[in-house]
Amino acid sequence: MRDFREDFPILNQEVNGRKIIYLDSAATSQRPQQVLDAVMKYDHEANGNPHRGSHALSMRATEAFENVREKVRSFIGARCTKEIIFTKNATEAINLVAYSYALEHMKPGDQIVITIAEHHANLVTWQQIAKKTGAHLVYMYVDPEGRLPLGELQKIDQKTKLVACTHMSNVLGSIFPVDKVIQRGHEVGAKVLIDGAQAVAHMPVDVAELDCDFYVFSGHKMYSLTGVGVLYGREEILEKMEPFLYGGDMIEYVYEEETSFNELPFKFEAGTQGIESVVSLGAAIDYLHEVTFELIHEKEMELTEYALRRLEELPYIRIVGPKDLNHRGAVISFVVEDVHPHDVSMILDNYGVGVRAGHHCAQPLLRFMEVYTCSRASFAFFNTKEEIDALVDNLNEVRRWMGYGSK
Amino acid sequence: MDLSNLYTQVILEHNKDTRNRREIEGYTHKERGHNPSCGDDITIEAKIEDGIIRDLAYTGHGCSISQASASMMTDLLTGKTVEEALEIIEIFLGMIKREISDIDYLEEVLDEASILQGISNLPARVKCAVLAWHTLKEAVQKED
Repeated sequence: MRDFREDFPILNQEVNGRKIIYLDSAATSQRPQQVLDAVMKYDHEANGNPHRGSHALSMRATEAFENVREKVRSFIGARCTKEIIFTKNATEAINLVAYSYALEHMKPGDQIVITIAEHHANLVTWQQIAKKTGAHLVYMYVDPEGRLPLGELQKIDQKTKLVACTHMSNVLGSIFPVDKVIQRGHEVGAKVLIDGAQAVAHMPVDVAELDCDFYVFSGHKMYSLTGVGVLYGREEILEKMEPFLYGGDMIEYVYEEETSFNELPFKFEAGTQGIESVVSLGAAIDYLHEVTFELIHEKEMELTEYALRRLEELPYIRIVGPKDLNHRGAVISFVVEDVHPHDVSMILDNYGVGVRAGHHCAQPLLRFMEVYTCSRASFAFFNTKEEIDALVDNLNEVRRWMGYGSK
Repeated sequence: MDLSNLYTQVILEHNKDTRNRREIEGYTHKERGHNPSCGDDITIEAKIEDGIIRDLAYTGHGCSISQASASMMTDLLTGKTVEEALEIIEIFLGMIKREISDIDYLEEVLDEASILQGISNLPARVKCAVLAWHTLKEAVQKED
């Protein structure tokens, strides 16, 4: 089979004298050569300011930019490109909905329902909107395995105006029953936002089938450059929302005292966008289609199963999250007994293995799971079983360096 | 970087040592310090009478460097006057900021804590090493 590792030039280097082993794709994914080439090509041939000129380069830039919008539309199954808004990242997309929709619609006594497993981006935002509007913030809690019990969905009640839920937890790795969350939200007339930051690079997503009102994700976790994210919003909702940021390109007519705003999607894209980033997102979508989600799923599940099995052999490892593959993605958080994650990641790095340490932007979740901080290994389809062996073998080294027996 | 320069016997022993990891009944000064980026979270308690640190201890959790550093600080500063302690804290912080590099002088003033000099070359660990010292400084200065 093709060695996909070769598509990623950054992996062809050494850290501390060892071939780099990148197990942090959930934080940011690496960029394949195809994505880097597309950006270079754009800057060599087509750079201009989109929507603003009638010269050749501006038109080429407009075409490049708008082609990606269509690619994104088709990638997530939106009905039309008016529903695809480019943002800086998923965080900005959530904030756009918070400021332009929630702040306008929430009243004291209303309810916002989220899960305890939300990334700070999808938690702090709603906590602060609740404070500003007098709405209540209600949490749905996960079970000890890190899965969302369907009984928790009963917290979505008649007072609920908005539900925000992650598609896949960046800490637990569990894939949440978002279809049921959306269904329940709509039963009570609430709008539902799904945070797909951890999902889009790993599974096909169809927003029309999901029937969610908003879906957000970042490009840099799905093989594009940083600096681009996407807000999908249902057209009829976006249509009624006020602009989030003011400035160029989001306007129609501007007078000294009044302004009329541009139509969707431009109404929400003030100022010159990160065009290279958007172009890279288009190339990343092409790349994912080329690799295919079938292969990605198969490889990532194989790696996850293998890693879970090997980690469970180590008596000093506690896995934070589901221990089987049922509704689970390629993210494994774990605690090494008696060793702080910061020491774990530092020692692993010495052997060329890059894992994340800390609270993973999910402090309330870790508190709820009764771990202060943890380590996290996350896999992409280009990782190998040998790399997982290196992780596991060097966890023994971690214990040894810290003065504990390994097995 | 050679791990053996970081995870020395002294650091590992202080990291595991629980002598200084406790609460102080009747403390006069208390402060919580936190590194949001890596999750180190410690609380320093001190009993200060007549300008002298009679007892000093810490609780909380963090990486080996933050815990060992807190433990070494506790050993070093217990029994010192507040004034002396603040001076020593400045020398420790100066060492980590690479403003003071004379190892003989550092060993004389900081004793075992001088072993953390190498941390100044590890940006990712600097915050861990200075957490306890900053926190104690805040604790004693807040009450002034």
